[in-house]
Amino acid sequence: MTDQNKDIDTHSGTETTGHSWDGIKELNTPLPRWWLIVWYATIVWAIIYMIMMPAIPALPGMGTNTPGLRNQSDRDNVAVAVQELRQKRADSSAILLGASLEQIETDRELQQFALAMGDSVFGDNCATCHGSGGRGAKGYPALADDVWLWDGTLDGIQYTITHGIRDPENLDTRFSMMPRFGRDGLLEAGQIDDLVEYVVDLSGREADGAAVQRAAPIFVQQCATCHGEDGKGTRDVGAPNLTDADWLYGGNREDIYNTIYNARNSHMPAWEGRLDDASIKALAVYVHSLGGGE
Amino acid sequence: MGLMNKHVVLERHSLLLTICILIVVSIGGIIQMVPLMYMDNTIERVDGMRPYTPLELAGRDIYIREGCYVCHSQMVRPLRDEVERYGHYSLAAESMYDHPFQWGSKRTGPDLARVGGKYSAEWQVDHLKDPRSVVPESVMPPYAFLADKTLKYDGIEARLRTERLVGVPYTDEMIENAKAHLVAQADPDNLGYDDVDGLIEAYTQASGREGTVETRDYDGDPGRITEMDALVAYLQMTGTLVDFSTYEAGDLKNRR
Repeated sequence: MTDQNKDIDTHSGTETTGHSWDGIKELNTPLPRWWLIVWYATIVWAIIYMIMMPAIPALPGMGTNTPGLRNQSDRDNVAVAVQELRQKRADSSAILLGASLEQIETDRELQQFALAMGDSVFGDNCATCHGSGGRGAKGYPALADDVWLWDGTLDGIQYTITHGIRDPENLDTRFSMMPRFGRDGLLEAGQIDDLVEYVVDLSGREADGAAVQRAAPIFVQQCATCHGEDGKGTRDVGAPNLTDADWLYGGNREDIYNTIYNARNSHMPAWEGRLDDASIKALAVYVHSLGGGE
Repeated sequence: MGLMNKHVVLERHSLLLTICILIVVSIGGIIQMVPLMYMDNTIERVDGMRPYTPLELAGRDIYIREGCYVCHSQMVRPLRDEVERYGHYSLAAESMYDHPFQWGSKRTGPDLARVGGKYSAEWQVDHLKDPRSVVPESVMPPYAFLADKTLKYDGIEARLRTERLVGVPYTDEMIENAKAHLVAQADPDNLGYDDVDGLIEAYTQASGREGTVETRDYDGDPGRITEMDALVAYLQMTGTLVDFSTYEAGDLKNRR
């Protein structure tokens, strides 16, 4: 392939590759200059990149990859970014943490801040169970009403969020355990049927009078310790009021039977550790403001 | 120009050309893969990571069978917004017993790498049975049938043995007691009552820290081990094993 072999196509004036297939020749058109420049530039860029960034994997014995002159690390960067964010929030968080819950509720500006923060944290973490705006669902207490199982005060709400309910991992969690009266054989099926009537009667609905009478002593013996002799519930153990029309697990006869037979004892995870203290405080203010705070 | 003329040899022997192409193309792959096998910082050194319990492993198989990964990734990326929403970014170490891993970049649903313990098991069951009963705007299909299907775990010992073959450090004792351990985790009050201590001891020892093994009836249907039990057990464990209080993000070997 010396110059003597150079074959110029007469029609286009461009050099050919010198190959010939049945007299047809292939043009060897040179690459456009702009393209070549870009290509060389990318090669230079790749070399610079390898020097600046963590790019070269370890050779045997080196242990780690080269850190690069810029010492770039995604993990360091995110730590810095999160730190900056915390810093931005720190001032307002510090005021939140420093103020008592009651102060937050009376200071308008502070309250607005806590509500905004609580709203976003609630949407991300709580609304999945308690529904958006805390409207609740079957098995998940509504937070927008004034019915409270454990404690509806600001401090009480903060405690519940911090430690959860029946969270096995949290030592200070709110705890009580309704016995599984049917499943564990504490009561017979007939007795549970009677109790269902008793509870229906308690909540002011029409019930089988004879069954109610049969169930009265059983209620005193088995249920009153937690739910009270009048069935109005006890906050200390999260025992719900049975005399109102508010039913966490459903108020028809079948639901009540299931509750007595299997017990419910649902869980709420503790949020300390997952959420920072300021977020929990803001959440308490937010939940308290939803409608029924005491 | 002598070398250029030798090229004719390659161009005229297709088998030789194919072999040479394979060699050239594999260089790129080898350079990417081989260092990962001896580098110290491929997998971070962490406390708490342990092999999955038989029930969790069975649940993981259901997770894969049902294609949960099509909509849910299990990888919190090191980005501020993700760390804010999901928690600590995922570590390679957290996937070291995953075969296959569940990383991903496409999310129709939220990332699940740190969903363990975020909600109660009851919520997970309600949500799997009918997602819109608890999250009205959800587009997730219901998986109510999982609660009706009895979990088949006849082959669980072999399943564990297979995992050991690819590097998961199951002990002989874990494999031998796999069935008992599975029952103990899903029904600790009844059928598996006698094996709870054995289960917790074996996996706590593997983890090196307390509190990584949860036992309970997950699906609210005691006395029966369903696929729902297994899947919820798996979900409630995800992202909870590593002890981040002892994890040193600044260590050179943990840098990425």
